[in-house]
Amino acid sequence: MKTFLKTALLGATALTLMASMSLAADYPDRPIGVEVSYGAGGATDFQARIVTIPAGNEDILGQPIYILNKPGAGGRKGWNWFATEAAADGYMMSAYNVPHFIAQGIKGGVKYDADSFEPIANWGADPAVVIVGKDSKFSSMADLIAYATENPGKATTSGAGLFVGHHIAALQIEKACACKLAYIPTKGGGAAAMKAVIAGETLAGINNLSDAARAASAGNVKILAVADLERHAFLPDVPTLKESGLDVDNASVNFRGLMVPKDTPQDVIDKLATQVPKMFAHKRVTQKMKQTNSPVKIMDRAAVQAMWAERKATLTELLKGL
Amino acid sequence: MEFLLYFGGVFEPLALALLIGGTIGGLILGATPGLSPTMAVALLIPFTFHLTPTQGLILLGAAYTSTVAGGAVSAILLKIPGAPANIATALDGNAMAKKGEGARALHLSFMASGVGGIIGVLLLIFLTPVLAQWALKFGPSHLFWIAILGVTVIGSLDSKSFVKGLLSGCIGLWLSQIGYDDIQGAERFVFFDALSGGITIIPALIGLFAIPQVLDMFAKGRMSAAIESIEVPKYKILDSLKEVVSSVRALSIGTVIGSIIGLIPGVGGQIAGLVAYDQARNFSPHREKFGTGHPEGVIAAESANNAMVGPSLVPLLTLSIPGSPTAAVLLGGLLIHGIFPGSDIFDKHPEVVWTFINSMLLGQILMVIIGIYTAAWAARIAKAPIPILAAAVLVLALFGSYSVSQSMGDVQIMLVLGVGMYILEKFGFSAAPLVLGLILGPIASDYFTNGSMIATAQDGPWVYFFTGPLNIILVALVIASIGYSFWTNMLRSNFVDDKEVAQ
Repeated sequence: MKTFLKTALLGATALTLMASMSLAADYPDRPIGVEVSYGAGGATDFQARIVTIPAGNEDILGQPIYILNKPGAGGRKGWNWFATEAAADGYMMSAYNVPHFIAQGIKGGVKYDADSFEPIANWGADPAVVIVGKDSKFSSMADLIAYATENPGKATTSGAGLFVGHHIAALQIEKACACKLAYIPTKGGGAAAMKAVIAGETLAGINNLSDAARAASAGNVKILAVADLERHAFLPDVPTLKESGLDVDNASVNFRGLMVPKDTPQDVIDKLATQVPKMFAHKRVTQKMKQTNSPVKIMDRAAVQAMWAERKATLTELLKGL
Repeated sequence: MEFLLYFGGVFEPLALALLIGGTIGGLILGATPGLSPTMAVALLIPFTFHLTPTQGLILLGAAYTSTVAGGAVSAILLKIPGAPANIATALDGNAMAKKGEGARALHLSFMASGVGGIIGVLLLIFLTPVLAQWALKFGPSHLFWIAILGVTVIGSLDSKSFVKGLLSGCIGLWLSQIGYDDIQGAERFVFFDALSGGITIIPALIGLFAIPQVLDMFAKGRMSAAIESIEVPKYKILDSLKEVVSSVRALSIGTVIGSIIGLIPGVGGQIAGLVAYDQARNFSPHREKFGTGHPEGVIAAESANNAMVGPSLVPLLTLSIPGSPTAAVLLGGLLIHGIFPGSDIFDKHPEVVWTFINSMLLGQILMVIIGIYTAAWAARIAKAPIPILAAAVLVLALFGSYSVSQSMGDVQIMLVLGVGMYILEKFGFSAAPLVLGLILGPIASDYFTNGSMIATAQDGPWVYFFTGPLNIILVALVIASIGYSFWTNMLRSNFVDDKEVAQ
């Protein structure tokens, strides 16, 4: 009996071993999930659904990707789940938003930081822009800064939440102008922050370039400046913050991409890192992204790793005083 | 009348097929516990990739309207509200189903949904420019007062005792504060990991409504070995139609409240049904019948939650601001076809927008027809032996709460809340006020935080929250509502008690 058990045990071990060996070779043999830490219909969710369309093609992953929304608390709920509960076998990825999760990790109160995850690839970069209502008395960054300097803490500026790209941009502007804004994180994300500006609840706002470009073309808001190193192709007439005399870099640009938990097997990461950028560059994806005014920026794993490290350093410095 | 010009588009063979398919699919998805209208529409978006913009939007529009109504099916038959919008429907609808009047309740609910829905879409068609300005008027301070106005009706909602109603409302408000605060990101009351994301509303709804009745059914099953089941008589559609037409009061209260609440971005349809239900009861001569299977309750709740569908799209179509989570998903559906909503959308893409709106109008009618057709058949569920029904509801409750975000934490929360509610019900507390507290808590607290941050930067909280015509009107309504419920529930009920004692 004992020998039988022993053999059975050995057999079982061998089987598990074989299973784990074949795992990488056959990966993926079932659909892969992508956890999105924001609600269905938000920009991240919406773009994640577009960029994963061709996953099922034989030359990409050969398996479809499905989206799993876990919204709440500015992304904290979803990424907490992803860092602690998601299986690290390559069958669950997560959509990341930089600087959001890195800044949240630095501020604490969450179960993750930049080292909890392994990046796969980046699909988009959506810079923050400064907006005011269409009838606002401000028509340039200089006007807004002049007001904020004269009335410290009175220039109400809406944004999607605390420690997201919009907030980082506000902090950088405050540091550069040595003045004080009143940053108002809204309930309900970027859409609510946009509404606050259109309805005149706040004097100004910081929002995603893609959403603001749409609101501006509908005549609802004026865009004062872009928080990036260069002007954006969608808004060639809008100056950068640097051109407006404020020393603000691209630390607030909202980078979106895919990542996996830290302990995912290396060969699975390698396979994803070669195949996922192909998926992002697929003709159908780029066409849909263009149609929806979603700014594309494809970066491979190495480039994302470098970007994460750089952001972490900048943000640690910026958030030190808070 | 421009919309009439584009009606042809809806009747093209493929468009019509999508409309019918979307309506049937929407009813099924809506009736599935745990699948909210938002998730249902999100699931359908990939299917629209292969369609033209117009066809895609016909599918989404039909699905949106019918999922909201479909939620009533599980609310009435199983007491599992498909979405927050259907909570109030479960109160009287399920009581009717338990009496064997499930088919009648379903008829009424679909017809009331149809009437409310059509009026809501007509508002969208004719008053969009006016309503868009109105929707912008509600800032954080107003939304805070609206939430407080909702809190004032908690005590009287579906409770035999006013004090017990208030107490369960308090429990709900407290539960709503668990988890991360949406604005500041601080963790509150997180004693173990499953709570770190807070209490998600759909698992909570399933637990609070479905689990106590499952436990009741099991308890009953143990007491009598005989398998009991109830007779389900057939209901004539014409009779139901007459009943809906004669309930003008409930119907108009539901439609008006649903349309107004649907329009306010950030409050959404979650509370439309409950507020309409409460008001319909206040104005009804048969107050005491509400909660025991009174048709007016179903009519008010369902007309309200479908009336909200049309107006909730006003801010989306004209300002590109989604007023509700479902509207946010629909925005994605528009963007993906290169259609950017804004004040000029009716000039730039008239064929798309009007066909979309027309499809919702026609979708309402189709939904009523298909819904009624299946009602008699669906209502036979009440014939199922109680132990089997209990097991089925339990499975659906587990499946529904897990499927919201594939999380066992949600299942644990659902079960704990359900068992807790079972005990509370034994002491005369009821689930509706608790759920209202759970929904209103975050709205009130977050808009208060939001508003006071703006207020600090401006003229201070007193000026911000108490001046301006809209604030003053809302504060007056809050005071009136408190006074009214104090008068009816404390003073009058004492008076009634005395009389009863005298008899």
